[in-house]
Amino acid sequence: MSKTRFFDEMNGYGDEPRALYARVAEWLQRTPPEILATRRAQAELMFRRVGITFAVYGGNDDTERLIPFDIIPRIVGHREWSKLEEGLIQRVAALNMFLSDIYGPREILKAGILPPDIIYKNPYFRPEMSGRRVPHDVWVHIAGIDLVRTGEGEFFVLEDNARTPSGVSYMLENREVMMRLMPDLFSSYRIAPVDNYADALLAALRSVTPATARGEPTVALLTPGQYNSAYYEHSFLADRLGIELVEGNDLFVKDEIVYMKTTEGPKRVDVLYRRVDDEWLDPLSFRPDSALGVPGLMNAYQAGNITITNAVGTGVSDDKAIYSYMPEIVRFYTGQEAKLSNVQTWRCREPDSYKYVREHLDELVVKEVNGSGGYGMLVGPHASRADIDEFAKKLDHDPANYIAQPTLALSTCPAFIDDAVVPRHVDLRPFILTGSNGSRVVPGGLTRVAMREGSLVVNSSQGGGTKDTWVIEDTNLDAGKPDAKTPDSKNLDAKGA
Amino acid sequence: MLARTAENLFWLARYVERADFTARIIDVTSRLAALPQSYRGDGGEWESALAAVGALNAFNASFSEPTESNVVHFLAFDETNPSSIHNCLEQARTNARTIRTALTAEMWQAINSGWLELKSFEERRRSGEYSGIESILPFLEFVKSVSLDFDGAAYRTMLRNDAYWFNRVGLYVERADNTARLMDVKYNVLLPKSEAVGGSLDYFQWTSILRAVSAQTAYHWVYRESVKPWLIADLLILRKEMPRSLIYCYDNLARFLDLLGKAYGMQASSQRHTRMVLRRLENTSMEEIFQEGLHEFVTKFIDDNNRLGGIIAEQYLLI
Repeated sequence: MSKTRFFDEMNGYGDEPRALYARVAEWLQRTPPEILATRRAQAELMFRRVGITFAVYGGNDDTERLIPFDIIPRIVGHREWSKLEEGLIQRVAALNMFLSDIYGPREILKAGILPPDIIYKNPYFRPEMSGRRVPHDVWVHIAGIDLVRTGEGEFFVLEDNARTPSGVSYMLENREVMMRLMPDLFSSYRIAPVDNYADALLAALRSVTPATARGEPTVALLTPGQYNSAYYEHSFLADRLGIELVEGNDLFVKDEIVYMKTTEGPKRVDVLYRRVDDEWLDPLSFRPDSALGVPGLMNAYQAGNITITNAVGTGVSDDKAIYSYMPEIVRFYTGQEAKLSNVQTWRCREPDSYKYVREHLDELVVKEVNGSGGYGMLVGPHASRADIDEFAKKLDHDPANYIAQPTLALSTCPAFIDDAVVPRHVDLRPFILTGSNGSRVVPGGLTRVAMREGSLVVNSSQGGGTKDTWVIEDTNLDAGKPDAKTPDSKNLDAKGA
Repeated sequence: MLARTAENLFWLARYVERADFTARIIDVTSRLAALPQSYRGDGGEWESALAAVGALNAFNASFSEPTESNVVHFLAFDETNPSSIHNCLEQARTNARTIRTALTAEMWQAINSGWLELKSFEERRRSGEYSGIESILPFLEFVKSVSLDFDGAAYRTMLRNDAYWFNRVGLYVERADNTARLMDVKYNVLLPKSEAVGGSLDYFQWTSILRAVSAQTAYHWVYRESVKPWLIADLLILRKEMPRSLIYCYDNLARFLDLLGKAYGMQASSQRHTRMVLRRLENTSMEEIFQEGLHEFVTKFIDDNNRLGGIIAEQYLLI
């Protein structure tokens, strides 16, 4: 495997650093590994002190682990970022219009763009929301959209997260640590700040206050509690926003109004930033065994007395089946082509695609439409002939249940692993905030790193790490290919083998 | 503020204070136990250490004999003892994690670093690196430093609003309880003037009380004379300048509960109860207390103080 097979964030396809990374490359040149190791140890200490951990279930004293942090930043250029930003805002606008439509007039089904069963049979479709409007027609107030890069100017959306996307605390804490650990390198660039994220989020949340609220809106963050894996993030955000961090037991509903129990008696809540999934929100409407929720919350919601963010039922817009239709969805609602490309996806429910997939099983990744966590999936380039034949039978039995994608050539970024600087695959999750006055993207995001050599798995539950993400404001550092065209995504085929 | 947040702030302060007090008790008891038998009386010091932290019954349920190593283990590390230092720090951190938004970064770091240090100490202890009383002393110092850090962080960094007041109320309710229990265990050596017995036997008992509350120097500043048992009782009950005295604790409780009452626009049972206890302390003298009987006085105080905890819960924490 030559390292030039993948696009590298620092070196592109060659050995010369891209203009954006020249200063980082020089810094890596002159900094001995011992110093890098010391910095890494200091960073870890800082993370432990603030307690930025995630819970791992089933352990004893080790139930709290740090997500590995890599000290070499991931850098996005000014022009790259501007294009991403436009694409992200367009995509989120389309997601919101799609949700208003699906729970409203369903024009997109009438127009025959989507097969209806993809909505009605979707486990995340909430019939309770049918015919409901949400304040300002905003459903997805906070979106996290996972991007991967395969070349200069070539970004693809891998996944939309429109339910309760997490990770933004790492974006903020990573920045904090980098500014303290390497002020010189940091100040050698003009890096767009991220710490206004909390203000922007609070403004977005306050802007969607329900019409029946009186006076200053009260916003609260609903957490499943301290044993949830993202609890640190919940408390961190509540703190930065200056709002109460509530659990289900802190809230109650009376006459279709939600109150929190305070030392001064009940206090009305107007906007609930929930980090609890739909099915646990209200035991009277969803899972009756939920101890995390608030009985009667859905009644208050439907009466228009509280805004829940993200809205109930957004899950229907971010699963694999819908993902494959995002280019059509964007076109239908915005009248424009999608500015951010999807990874090419073959829907086996369509005869032509099915035929193509059937003939290229050894090159493709084939997934179940509603599967998750890698279960029921074929990774063609890594599969044996027997595995492929076996899988082909399942596919033939129910083609509509499968989609296929090319194996992606995710870009790499230098990472300091053990005692050496080595390339590791990365993705990027920017966060898009939407309120009554439109959307904004805080310049930055969460860069996740697959810490093992050759691995494409960046999930923190599988040992993935994070990096600070720098969006550079200096326009003179942009790459030399101003209008790099979005490539024909078929070129992506099988590079990951 | 969320009622649950207030409750956690209140208990967080109590756990930290209790860990500190327990560390102090182990510290002075080990000093006392190291003296030759002839200086320390009946030799029941480990048992009275248990009594001072209110853990005698719990201890007897799992151990047959109050030896040094049993008691130190039980008070410092035993997970079955709800008030062990281990459990206090563990609980304190759990509470702190639940209400991180109500704590300043410095307070959280004090608790979290303390907890991490506890884990690493226990790890070293399990691997046999630490055993015996000498190796415990650095641990006790560490526990005291956690409470200093935490309390200092609260004092220096918290906004002066209801969060701070609940923290202080928890601290003083716990501290008043601790001081009262310490005297209750030692009341038999804290004698009224007329019954002064002199002799070295009790001297070490008296000074160990002062040591437990870091008040040896304070005693000399206040009284400018040699250690007398009735003056120790006076210092710990009626002296407003002594930061662990019952009257100092209640002076503060009255102040912070008043602030809460004003902020919330209502004075109610907790404020009245606190004023009642404070007035009794202000209007009495050591002569009267000894007349009533120190033991009786302290027992009644402990009851009243417990009741205050209950009233605060009713008024603010349970809705």
